[in-house]
Amino acid sequence: MEKCRIIFSGSGGQGIITSAIILAEAATLHESLNAVQSQAYGPEARGGSSRSDVIISDKEIRYPKVIEPNILVCLTQAAYNEFASLIRPGGILLTDKFFVKHEKKVDARLVELDMHREVLKEIGRPIVFNICMLGAFIAITKLVKESSIMKVLEKRIPHGFLDMNKNALELGITMAPDLEL
Amino acid sequence: MKDNVVFVQGNEAIVEAALYAGLNFFAGYPITPSTEIAELLSLRLPQKGGKFIQMEDELSSMCAIIGASLTGKKSMTATSGPGFSLKQEAIGFAVMTETPSVIVNVQRGGPSTGLPTSGSQGDVMQAKWGTHGEHAIITMTASNNQDAFAVTVDAFNLSETFRTPVILLFDEVVAHTRERLVIPKPDEIKVIQRLKTSVKEGTDYHPYLPREDGRLPMSDFGGVHRYNVTGLAHDMWGFPTTDSTTVYNLMHHLVDKIQGHTKEIARTKEYYLDDAECLLISYGSSARTALHVTEDRRLRGEKIGLLELQTLWPFPAEEVKKKCLNASCVIVVEMNMGQILHEVKKAIDDPEKVFLANQINGSFIKPSDVLNIIRIIQGRGA
Repeated sequence: MEKCRIIFSGSGGQGIITSAIILAEAATLHESLNAVQSQAYGPEARGGSSRSDVIISDKEIRYPKVIEPNILVCLTQAAYNEFASLIRPGGILLTDKFFVKHEKKVDARLVELDMHREVLKEIGRPIVFNICMLGAFIAITKLVKESSIMKVLEKRIPHGFLDMNKNALELGITMAPDLEL
Repeated sequence: MKDNVVFVQGNEAIVEAALYAGLNFFAGYPITPSTEIAELLSLRLPQKGGKFIQMEDELSSMCAIIGASLTGKKSMTATSGPGFSLKQEAIGFAVMTETPSVIVNVQRGGPSTGLPTSGSQGDVMQAKWGTHGEHAIITMTASNNQDAFAVTVDAFNLSETFRTPVILLFDEVVAHTRERLVIPKPDEIKVIQRLKTSVKEGTDYHPYLPREDGRLPMSDFGGVHRYNVTGLAHDMWGFPTTDSTTVYNLMHHLVDKIQGHTKEIARTKEYYLDDAECLLISYGSSARTALHVTEDRRLRGEKIGLLELQTLWPFPAEEVKKKCLNASCVIVVEMNMGQILHEVKKAIDDPEKVFLANQINGSFIKPSDVLNIIRIIQGRGA
């Protein structure tokens, strides 16, 4: 596979970093791939823009940061404004309809999904918004299998919340369009 | 998936390695970007019967690990930036009293409180000369989780072998990047236990009388032998002295026991050195960028190689000199204004061929930061 460079962005508290860790851990432990994950953060604890970089490859990964993402996820307008121009031409830009209005001409395939509203409607808890996004993400990119994500969730999520996360993941998967990759 | 394969941050790899090496006492004061080390050890260390203490500050943390080590415990502290400055006086005490101890410094941007959440390699010289007085010290680093694990175990081993504080000089990027770590099986990496004295109870024990091979067997402080420990220049009993011959021998012993074993302590990694005309020298997280550039340019047929340093002090000057011999240009890649650059220049006969590729703005050094320097050297402009 080609090295895939991904940026998840949004605001602090949306679970951006958690979803990046889950994706990278699933790739590393359950798909025999290499992955590195890191996050940019400032002295503030909440709010502000949040960004996490993930690289997935079948080769060793040396430089651990993402400069030009092949896939960019923006879950807030501020994150979109800041990061949309970084995307590698021809890459995939995944945004949430409720939070992000497309204002730029980006040379990328745009996937705009109403994830936030669907999560509220179908599950009723915004806390799993990030897992819904992750579901859409893996369905679009086919980077890791749903079962690999589930194995990580089973390890990381308290038992009582597992079903809600599984539902959110599946909701995201069903929302994803089938892109020619 | 095997049980010993985990997906963790560098800081977690350091914790796993310290436990593997037999850590049983940690004292610290959490500070970004080293915090996860203290956080995780506060859980893990008591589970295996060790002691974790969050102290009131960095000074007391360093003093506490010296005390614990003297009583026979493998001891460590972890800090960053301003915390490393605060530990310096007590690090000197550990040097003078020859107390095995491991000090993790996860470097962040400085000086002062600087850039708490950004990577930097500005403490290289401080690791060597941060505490006052003529002395020698061991400093090690690594660029990825697996190597961070290995050098951390090594740090404990060297600390016990040479009765010296060992600085583990990591940085924010290594500490906070998550990637695979394969935890070695017990006995896969050798763990060196403390050399204890064979002197029986009731017989005089000289804590500072080296054996023929220069090593000093220890006796747990507060145990069967009574002896003195002081930061003052001391004799073989550990009592203060100003006798010139005794002080001369002590000073030589402190420096020679480390400088004299540079070869044994030196850890380096080599990538594509055989025919390299352009040689990159790097360490810590910067070495990841340097290796990225090396592999990328190799694909284009350029004769470029990387020498990654894992031991910074004592500086492996002889090895660096040897590796630089056939290179037409040498580029030191680091996140400071050239702290290792000057060591490389000192080590080789033709220092005019050594250049610096660096970054000091808080961003992690990019491949383009290195490529621009290569282009300038080749006369192709930045």
